[in-house]
Amino acid sequence: MIARPQLIALQILVAFALIGIWYVGSSVPIFGTYFLPKFFFSTPQDVFMRIVKMFSGTTIWKHIGITLTETMLAFVIGSLGGVVFGFWFARKPLVAAVFEPYIKMANALPRVVLAPIFMLWLGLGIWSKVALGFTLVFFIVFFNVYQGVKEVSPVVLANARMLGLNERQLFRHVYWPSALSWMFSSLHTSVGFALVGAVVGEYLGAAAGLGYLIHEAEGVFDVTGVFAGMVILAAFVLVVDAVVTQIEKRLLVWRPEATQKS
Amino acid sequence: MAAGAVALDRVTIAYPNGYEAVTAADLVVGEGEFVSLVGPTGCGKSTLLNAAAGLIAPASGEVRIFGAPLQGLNRQAGYLFQQDALMPWKNAADNVAIGLEAAGVPRADALARAQDWLTRVGLKNFGDRYPHQLSGGQKKRVAMAQMLIRDPKILLMDEPFGPLDAQTRQIMGNLLLDLWAADRKALIFVTHDLEEAIALSDRVVIMSSGPKARIIGDHRIDLPRPRNALDIRLDTRFHNIQQSIWAQLRAEVIKAYGDVA
Repeated sequence: MIARPQLIALQILVAFALIGIWYVGSSVPIFGTYFLPKFFFSTPQDVFMRIVKMFSGTTIWKHIGITLTETMLAFVIGSLGGVVFGFWFARKPLVAAVFEPYIKMANALPRVVLAPIFMLWLGLGIWSKVALGFTLVFFIVFFNVYQGVKEVSPVVLANARMLGLNERQLFRHVYWPSALSWMFSSLHTSVGFALVGAVVGEYLGAAAGLGYLIHEAEGVFDVTGVFAGMVILAAFVLVVDAVVTQIEKRLLVWRPEATQKS
Repeated sequence: MAAGAVALDRVTIAYPNGYEAVTAADLVVGEGEFVSLVGPTGCGKSTLLNAAAGLIAPASGEVRIFGAPLQGLNRQAGYLFQQDALMPWKNAADNVAIGLEAAGVPRADALARAQDWLTRVGLKNFGDRYPHQLSGGQKKRVAMAQMLIRDPKILLMDEPFGPLDAQTRQIMGNLLLDLWAADRKALIFVTHDLEEAIALSDRVVIMSSGPKARIIGDHRIDLPRPRNALDIRLDTRFHNIQQSIWAQLRAEVIKAYGDVA
């Protein structure tokens, strides 16, 4: 296992290498031509200056705030729905059997197709983006909770029964923690998808948010603006992911290290 | 016939696919009696134990607990499983306390009593460990405390020390004897290890190989108590008993492996 400072140094090195290639390609003429023409690729220094400029104003925080709100709402509502339905289906095999083809159909539907419908129904505000994120998060959490409840170890369950736990107590002390551990194992994925839903929704039609910023820049061939938006979005994802990792560590203390890392 | 703590009356157990695991088993375990159930692999000893626990219902015959027919789960029994049965998301103290909490004991009291039990099984300072942080033997100790804290009148154990190494098994055997001797309860101990059975029990019951396994032998072990599970194996009386029972068990073991031997 590599030491942490070394790892971070290597990670930063990769960033420098990529930015270096971008810089050379876009700003240093080789045999009289630019390999990465400015019009299509912008330049690292321009993008950097644009980001600095964006953050010197206050509107960028409003956009980040909107995207964050949409992401959190989609995640919370989608997770709640997934947990409730996951439990219900796992405990009632008949319900699960009846709805199985419909769940598969709904899950296979490309969500982008739904975006215009949500806009029609819910308007251009945040709720159409929340709805899009919901359709992504719901299925991830649903399948994980369903699996988690179904795959409770029969021995642990039999033991709990022999220890005198009634149905309600089994739910609280056995099914619920088991399902929760499965849900948290997909926490990174579902938060990521909530964000995808928000940004794609904004991209397709909105008046605010990071996706809207990128779309607006694209509309006027402002490549620098597009790249600046993408960089901010990427940084945003890293921050959200770090927060999720912290929450996960707190909630899954009982997990062996090996499975926590994988 | 005396009622006994557990009475199996011509119990036959069959699976839905028609496989008949155990046929017409009769067994009475008296109060305070330590009975081992020994037989070759796959002979249905665990199946019989599960019938006594109420985890499976017999196809015919009757299970009586203190004279009363058993319906559903045996609420008066504690069960020690062969596999890990601790809740992995609860630490040792919470795992031990859960049986009391389920019965409505306030959490603080339950945890205090759990700590007492952890001390009794030699895990005084392990209350905040999660199962994955414990060794196999330690997990078994927690499982024993978890079962005993509810003070069940009957103890059922399904090859509880099976997954442990030889030395840990003997140490756990001694711990079990100490705990059992403190307030003798009816105990059915399933094992395939004849030595273990003789070292621990008052009676060793032999089952034939399955399917349609039957009870074919019932041997009283009159070794003096208190015993030490490690030292008793060196006793000549131990060897004599072992030889006489082994003669019977051997035939069944060979039958069970008939095809491969």
